[in-house]
Amino acid sequence: MTWFLDHVGQVLTLFLTHIRLAVIPLVIGMVLALPLGWVARRFPLAYPPIITVTGLLYTIPSLALFVLMPLILGTGILSDTNIIVALSLYTVALLTRTVADGLAAVPDQVVQAATAMGIGPLRRFFTVELPLAVPVISAGLRVAAVSNVSIVSVAALLGIAQLGSLFTDGFARQFLDPIVVGIIACLLLAVLLDLLIIALTWVATPWLHGRRAA
Amino acid sequence: MKRTTITASAVAAAAALSLTACGGGSDPLAKSSSEASAAASGSLVIGSANFPENELLADIYAGALKAKGVQVTTKLNIASRETYVPALKNGEINLIPEYTGNFAKYLDKNAVVTDQATALASLRKALPDNLVALEPSKAEDKDSVVVTKETADKWSLKAIGDLKAHESEAVLGGPPEWKTRADGVPGLKRVYDLTFKEFKPLDSAGSLTVQALKNGQVQAANLFSTDPNIKANDFVVLEDPKSLFGAQNVIPVMTKAKATPQVTEALNAVSAKLDTDTLAGLVTKVVIDKKDASAVADEWLKSAQLG
Amino acid sequence: MNALWTWLFDPANWGGAGGIWQRIGEHLIYSGVTVLIASLVAIPLGLWIGHTGKGRLLVVNLVNGIRALPTLGLLFIAVLLLGPRLSGDLAFLLPAIFVLVVLAIPPILAGTYSGVDEVDPSARDAATGMGMTPGQVLRDVEIPCALPLIFSGIRSATLQVIATATIAAWVSLGGLGRFLNDGQASQDYGQMAGGALLVAVLAVLVDLVLAGLQRLLVSPGLSAPRQTRRRRRGEADAAPSAGAAGAAGSGSADARSVSVDAAEPSST
Repeated sequence: MTWFLDHVGQVLTLFLTHIRLAVIPLVIGMVLALPLGWVARRFPLAYPPIITVTGLLYTIPSLALFVLMPLILGTGILSDTNIIVALSLYTVALLTRTVADGLAAVPDQVVQAATAMGIGPLRRFFTVELPLAVPVISAGLRVAAVSNVSIVSVAALLGIAQLGSLFTDGFARQFLDPIVVGIIACLLLAVLLDLLIIALTWVATPWLHGRRAA
Repeated sequence: MKRTTITASAVAAAAALSLTACGGGSDPLAKSSSEASAAASGSLVIGSANFPENELLADIYAGALKAKGVQVTTKLNIASRETYVPALKNGEINLIPEYTGNFAKYLDKNAVVTDQATALASLRKALPDNLVALEPSKAEDKDSVVVTKETADKWSLKAIGDLKAHESEAVLGGPPEWKTRADGVPGLKRVYDLTFKEFKPLDSAGSLTVQALKNGQVQAANLFSTDPNIKANDFVVLEDPKSLFGAQNVIPVMTKAKATPQVTEALNAVSAKLDTDTLAGLVTKVVIDKKDASAVADEWLKSAQLG
Repeated sequence: MNALWTWLFDPANWGGAGGIWQRIGEHLIYSGVTVLIASLVAIPLGLWIGHTGKGRLLVVNLVNGIRALPTLGLLFIAVLLLGPRLSGDLAFLLPAIFVLVVLAIPPILAGTYSGVDEVDPSARDAATGMGMTPGQVLRDVEIPCALPLIFSGIRSATLQVIATATIAAWVSLGGLGRFLNDGQASQDYGQMAGGALLVAVLAVLVDLVLAGLQRLLVSPGLSAPRQTRRRRRGEADAAPSAGAAGAAGSGSADARSVSVDAAEPSST
């Protein structure tokens, strides 16, 4: 505890970097997973290959992906971009399937009703299918957010500073305090992101909780 | 199919807008380019390897430079030489605390590093054109082969060569890179004709190595000669009469283009005041007393009138 | 890329001590032991929670909370705390297995719990009505009915563990992670990429084996109709509304296999 109080500033800086490294990929991954999931849902033939390939991405160990990124991207060894791109891939891996399944869970009658009302496919997607899929997608997003927070810390092994640096620092000196503080900070960050996603979902789905929000 | 693409990109764009609006994310590409320009426009990036002493030295360099009004940023704990040297060569970092003999041998396998002067000369000769080695300090931190007191007594070990009689039952521990490094496993074979029962990849003189030694998972291990864990655990450092590990003076190595007289002067002043005992004492404060490397660095710089 | 193939196709890298075969063996042992221990903990717990309905909220939060624990920090802390109390190689092995078990429990727990939870209440009532005791209901009705979801929980746990067992190498142990760590330490990209590829391939192969096992173990009364129903629905939907095949919900068995959160949709 005293260690934490003596290092509030340092921990906060690492915390903020950690947020950046975990959240940007979440947004990028989400943006990529939406069209992919839509294609997987729209074209039955595309579902198995898309879901299999994105699922496979997740089995690549993070350390390897981080280290190999510069070879693929041509970035520097110490660039944050490596971490952000790698985590975006993991996020896509987790979310594509969720998006496809979330869209699939939209009742056929609803889609048909919308079509009958003369709503075109594009507008229907944004005004009917996507909003109705939000609860399922949000569940996937929560898993991805939490998993990103954990994976980011591995980047400490490559000299990219974030909360994971507290782990490597503590371990090198057989010193528990920084490690414990780092773990608690990671948990806290995961909870914060989780609450944020829940709040956004709540705002995005007014029909699920009475008319107050509408 | 065309419609698909348009829809897809529209979805992507819309989601990007809405999500960045609420998520507060920033553009990673913009970030990295601003980073690059910061590095280009003056700020000196100091790196370090992944062990406490090297991080401490990086903090000392950073403090000394800041005191002279140089703008610095640090990127510490960058794995092993095999990782940070490419980063140094391509300008991602501009300065790193190094060790004359080991760095010379990393750059040129056949470099001669038996004494301080030849090690320094070999290093300067082997350095790529865009890097420069400043003045070395008197402080030395060598790789060493360490055993527990019990093992030393039981097998009556004094020097590395004494392990020969027990090589078939002894497991050697060291950082993973030791398996292939010229002064690691191959060096022990070449210079002392030692073939251990097994090599166990641990960490750079950290918790794993110390624990593995204490636990008897390894009988001999690679620790650095300044490591306070040696004293704290009563480990025995085996002598290196054939000087496999050579001379290892701490030396700042940096990007030539960044080595302005102001920077050079500040770093050479640090080297002039640093010796092995001082360094070992500072490392003890970090590793045993659990003080912050940056605080220990600042304190010493003040006392040495450098900060 | 060339470095990868050179490394992978060099016979010298496969055999002998520290060769690829040995590392695959170690990797499978770590993963197998982990999933076994995690199953022994999570399945009974999940059955109990699903059967009694107690502590549901606890499970959902616990599962999410555990997921948020950073593996690297947990491993380091386990080594520092447990290591000095153990002797020999156990000092590093036990902490690593512990961390992997922690990782494997959530999916198995979630799968088991939601499997039992989702058993058709009328089937349960019918069993009770036939005079079955709660224990018999659990054994003869709930467990068989929950088996598909229990299995998918085990499968996603196994995938995750195989992908993560590389952390054993961070604390000097073997397994395929050795190639990642040694490759990183010596900047041998071929070795790293090769190791990563082997991990992915191993994960997929093991999952295929488990899928086969699942087919053998799950009562045909449970699995077969589900699949035909899905297929029939897929066909029926594909024709008129062009592309509603996904409405089957969980997709094909193979697709399900590589999803890390296979048990997720049902628990949320």
